[in-house]
Amino acid sequence: MTVIPEEKGVEAIVAQESVAATAKRGLSSPWASLAAVVIAVLWTIPTFGLLVTSFRPESDITSSGWWTFLTDPSFTLDNYDEVLNGSTTNLATYFINSIVITIPSVLIPISIATMAAYAFAWMKFPGRDFLFVAIFALQIVPIQVTMIPLLKLYVQPPFDLMPLAGSDAPGGGFYTIWLSHAIFALPLAIYLLHNFMSQIPGELIESARVDGAGHVQIFTKIMLPLMAPAIAAFGIFQFLWVWNDLLVALVFGSSENAPLTARLAELSGTRGQDWYLLSAGAFVSLVVPLIVFLALQRYFVRGLLAGSVKG
Amino acid sequence: MSTGEKFTQMVIAVAVFFAVVALILLLTQRLRSRRGELVQSAAFVLPAILLIAVGLLYPALTSIYQSFKDNTGSEFVGLENYQTIFTDSDQVRVLLNTAAWVILVPLVSTLVGLVYAVLVDRSRFEKVAKALIFLPMAISLVGASIIWKFVYDYRDSSKQQIGLANELLNLVGIDSYRFLLTEPWNTVFLIIILIWVQAGFAMTILSASIKAIPEDIIEAARLDGVGGMKMFRHITIPSIRPSLIVVLTTISITTLKAFDIVRTTTGGNFDTSVLAYQFYVEYFRSYDQGMATAIAVLIFVLVMPIVIYNVRQMRKLEAR
Repeated sequence: MTVIPEEKGVEAIVAQESVAATAKRGLSSPWASLAAVVIAVLWTIPTFGLLVTSFRPESDITSSGWWTFLTDPSFTLDNYDEVLNGSTTNLATYFINSIVITIPSVLIPISIATMAAYAFAWMKFPGRDFLFVAIFALQIVPIQVTMIPLLKLYVQPPFDLMPLAGSDAPGGGFYTIWLSHAIFALPLAIYLLHNFMSQIPGELIESARVDGAGHVQIFTKIMLPLMAPAIAAFGIFQFLWVWNDLLVALVFGSSENAPLTARLAELSGTRGQDWYLLSAGAFVSLVVPLIVFLALQRYFVRGLLAGSVKG
Repeated sequence: MSTGEKFTQMVIAVAVFFAVVALILLLTQRLRSRRGELVQSAAFVLPAILLIAVGLLYPALTSIYQSFKDNTGSEFVGLENYQTIFTDSDQVRVLLNTAAWVILVPLVSTLVGLVYAVLVDRSRFEKVAKALIFLPMAISLVGASIIWKFVYDYRDSSKQQIGLANELLNLVGIDSYRFLLTEPWNTVFLIIILIWVQAGFAMTILSASIKAIPEDIIEAARLDGVGGMKMFRHITIPSIRPSLIVVLTTISITTLKAFDIVRTTTGGNFDTSVLAYQFYVEYFRSYDQGMATAIAVLIFVLVMPIVIYNVRQMRKLEAR
């Protein structure tokens, strides 16, 4: 299933000379190193500049470039205080919204997808292969195509069901966002988890069944522990996707339950020159995905190599 | 809603969900007969099938149907919406911009990713060096846009610059440039933002692919006296070709659907709009449902062949 053998993951440092090393020598080492350093600097400086800016006093930010910080340092946390608690920005509230949106939007689709993937891999029922191919094919539907009719379903559901969107929506209108993220995540999640599950040797399942275990026991006692790394890999992806999402939040959310990204995008429009707010605000929204990413990079890379890139 | 209420709602939603799942598992646990197993499969698979049918399949089909209707969705207009997309001068601009994005972003990010993967391969700082390029992947496109908007910040040449790009221009004696406002190059400066984000993805996949090239191939080539650029061109590139295609197609798909950058930096003004953003504008600003769905369907049609090609390549990679 993996695009590339996992044991030779990104971090793997193999002690043999590779093609790349030979190619690099051919490119003559000093130039190669210089090129690598130039790319690394180009990729790091923009973020570093904004990070430095977020700690400078407002008056300094508007009067001089952030690089002067290196010669004439000044440090303040006022920007963060203002952006989190100030009445005009109030990012703390939106931070909470992001958390409240993200946790169910990760847990729910993964649970549903793991069960479905198990059924597709190890249960026998009529239409199984057709349904699996259909779900696989639905991955190609861009979410834009589904949005407008889905929004109408939320506002005016058929059969007099309770509307999930609108002014008196249940749960503060969070249900539409949770549900949408769950729906959009399912095809890819089922496909990937199915691929991992079908790699597990069939004898393992067979012998458990001979011993009298039912599907539910096999699923909870054997499958879930074995699948933990794969589930974690997809979980991180879904987490980053939901936390960083703007489109779903804008279309299905309201100003009441907008996440950080939506609020930040709005600030960028209305207060585009207030860099003391934008710089600190950007880092408030970046800090959680960065921590998750750095802490769980190994799973992230594994998921990436397994093809979990949401279109 | 207060913070406490929000968390309460969240806990309730998650608790109810897991309670239902646990109940399903408990109820179907004891079923062993053939019919019982069928019920069991249904319990496992139906939640997903229902959600996908109601939330993806039905809306997608409805969208396609509505793209042939007028702005309020009451009358059929045939292909008029599609005709507008391809003839109206503003919409054609959007199409051209989208083309520029879809060509430049995959090519340049893959190139940068590949070069960088080769350069840092097995160097002492490989891990750190890779993390640096990879970090933008964890950032939201909104965050990336703000980071770059600050780089592009404009001030008159007579003043002290606060944006790095114009500071550098001023240093070499060029007047400040309005990176986000000056057409047509502003689109290129927005494209750079997505390249910046996507290069890390390209690098990761390609780096792993390079490391997976069998040692004997390299050894054989080296014995034949192949080295340096020749090795790169005749051994490395052909060996990682399938991965290269997967990377290129995956980034193309992402690019076609990305609207966050345009929305955050220019709001689609100054001739920078792209299809994915135009979809949003047509529905939420112009309230033109027909045009919005037509644009969405167009994105669908454009993405489809790339995805199919991408999946085929992935299959090939897996088969090896």
